[in-house]
Amino acid sequence: MSTLTNGAKMLLECLAREGVDCFFGYPGGVTLPLYDAIYDHHIRHVLVRHEENACFAAEGYARATGKVGVCCATSGPGATNLVTGLVDAMMDSIPIVAITGQVTSKLIGSDAFQEADTFGITRSCTKHNYMVKKLEDLPQVVHEAFYIAASGRPGPVLVDIPKDVFQAQGHYTPVTSIHLPGYKVFTEGHTGQIRRAAQLMWEAERPFIYAGGGIIAANASGELRELAELLDAPVVTTLMGLGGLPSNHPNFVSMPGMHGSYAANMGMTHCDVLIALGVRFDDRVTGRLAAFAPHAKVVHVDIDPAEIGKNRAADVPIVGDVKRVLGRMNQILTEFSASPVPAGRATARQAWWSQIRSWKDEHPLAPVTSDSEIKPQHLMMEIDRLSAGEAIVCSDVGQHQMWAAQLIRFNGPRLWINSGGLGAMGFGLPSAIGAQFARPDKLVFALVGDGGFQMSIPELSTIASHGLPIKIVIMNNGYLGMVRQWQELFYNNRLSSVELDCFPDAEKLAAAYGFKGRTIDKPWELASALEEAVREPGPYLLNVKVSPYENVYPMVPAGGAINEMVLAPPQPVAVPK
Amino acid sequence: MLQIISLLVENKPGALMRITGLLSQRGYNIESLTVARTLDPVLSRMTIVVDVDATLRQQVIKQMNKLVNVLQAVDLTESPAVRREMVLVRVRTAQETRTAVLKEAEIFSARVVDSSTEGFALEATGDPEKLDEFIDVMRSYGEIETTRSGVVAVSLETKKLKLQPPVQQVGQASWPVPS
Repeated sequence: MSTLTNGAKMLLECLAREGVDCFFGYPGGVTLPLYDAIYDHHIRHVLVRHEENACFAAEGYARATGKVGVCCATSGPGATNLVTGLVDAMMDSIPIVAITGQVTSKLIGSDAFQEADTFGITRSCTKHNYMVKKLEDLPQVVHEAFYIAASGRPGPVLVDIPKDVFQAQGHYTPVTSIHLPGYKVFTEGHTGQIRRAAQLMWEAERPFIYAGGGIIAANASGELRELAELLDAPVVTTLMGLGGLPSNHPNFVSMPGMHGSYAANMGMTHCDVLIALGVRFDDRVTGRLAAFAPHAKVVHVDIDPAEIGKNRAADVPIVGDVKRVLGRMNQILTEFSASPVPAGRATARQAWWSQIRSWKDEHPLAPVTSDSEIKPQHLMMEIDRLSAGEAIVCSDVGQHQMWAAQLIRFNGPRLWINSGGLGAMGFGLPSAIGAQFARPDKLVFALVGDGGFQMSIPELSTIASHGLPIKIVIMNNGYLGMVRQWQELFYNNRLSSVELDCFPDAEKLAAAYGFKGRTIDKPWELASALEEAVREPGPYLLNVKVSPYENVYPMVPAGGAINEMVLAPPQPVAVPK
Repeated sequence: MLQIISLLVENKPGALMRITGLLSQRGYNIESLTVARTLDPVLSRMTIVVDVDATLRQQVIKQMNKLVNVLQAVDLTESPAVRREMVLVRVRTAQETRTAVLKEAEIFSARVVDSSTEGFALEATGDPEKLDEFIDVMRSYGEIETTRSGVVAVSLETKKLKLQPPVQQVGQASWPVPS
């Protein structure tokens, strides 16, 4: 089958074949042929108000569904604006395909209008990137891009297409196979290693599961749950792994790391076998590496061989897809569980659990409330009450992100959406747009700080234009809270350029876009205001003024060991060199 | 410490940039780099000599192997391998030392590729240390100019090349749907 068409239509044909139902973008000079083809195509194009947000929205879509998110920008400034989103997707292993226009082939390298070396600029921000020189290569490249983005360790792939390739006429022949001889995808995991790991885990006296974003990416939360139950091991999920095990599961401890709970960090420090699943031993989780899990033998399962031994040497490394590896591991553990556990180990396990429980009781992640002002933790507890573990929460970056991660429960994967590795402010609101398009059935919160919100205000227009029923909740403390916290703790409270005054009137701001908004600052207003927001059929902007000087605790100071947490405000903190 | 990496890469635009980018983004300085086509014209063999901290060597090799265009990256630093480099030397000599220069060249198995009244152009191959000595010796005869090719290396062990087979299913829609 072969029909005469042009490059732009061919591209849309390939996107359709990849199952793309909508994508996010911003047109420009060199993508005019593409936008002409979109005009009467069934794939929905969502016009955002800034290209960076197109990429974040595509990420929100991908994170909420597991499907590849697609964004599109024109050459030059359009393409450079995508960069932050691409790096974000790279850091968090999110499958994205970014389409950028490029100036006409003949003009490349001539400093043409809106020309930028997109291929060169995005080399290090993508898993792979392409520049399409000839129309006949286009379908192959597009399908390869989707395959690379979604397979193995997912990530962003960029396809740069010159204007003349969009315009060129040619016959479209559907691609039937992809051959990338150098692209190595390790899925199965070594059988002997899986058995060794299972043996080690089974014999452990103090096993501890450290599960990360890989569980979400591999859709392995079912397998994780089975593993946790077979081993009866405590589980922590990282910032990227929240929802990988339901928060209400009895084996769930909480999040570990810099702002992790006392029990999570103590558990990591004192375990004898650490079962690391789809994690990369990020510095925000491990604290000082030399003091991290010092007594533990480490089982490390990851699909990316370069992650094994990168930060922490693994005693049993397994390179493979965590879903498949856990599937086989659970089979082995089921065999083991047929025979009785030796009495000594059973006692040790009981002691371990009671130790974990007492850590939990000693320093729980307790909500802080006040009669006179809204505490940020109080806000998170109220969102948690309304969500009941079921809503999608798209968070921005900063203090609110940490409180949300600590206090909001998630009963399943792909509900907690945030910029983990890169920590890109301005992520929350646009990612909520993507998530709401992907999951129109879901209640979606865009939980943002007053800093990140002001980076993404233009997207209120996109939300209004599509009537997206996103509940935008601003945790407004009048500061860049996380930076202020560090200035307070480590820079003698010299608050430098962190105060965000002149915040707009939320009610008027929302009204300017044609939807409802409200500002509250009294704790007794909180529950009813959030309920009102959720009841509203359309978008809602709720500006919650919280106490300005609240800090996130527990906190592991930079360079500290994770068991040396600062648990509460009055404790003195050493100034790092 | 200097590390020798041998790579088999797809002969595609951007492949070189991806590989050198991995090194430069980590602040490593490349000592030498050679690239040329293999028997299969769609593939190139690349030899890179780079100053990488010993503890990070494995990580660098792993990162290179992750690149889509890289079929194989191997560390030849400590494995049996032949390393060779070529140097072209132009040496200006006085009449009375011409014979001595030729004698020295012979000791290093260097060939004369050009001869003029002002001196010679010589071509020598060998391991990089031998070439260092050759250059030192030639410098003692007068003003010299050199161009070195950079190291090329071949492993003396057979490294099994694992290639991915073609994927017959095209389109996300045909892949297993996430639960």
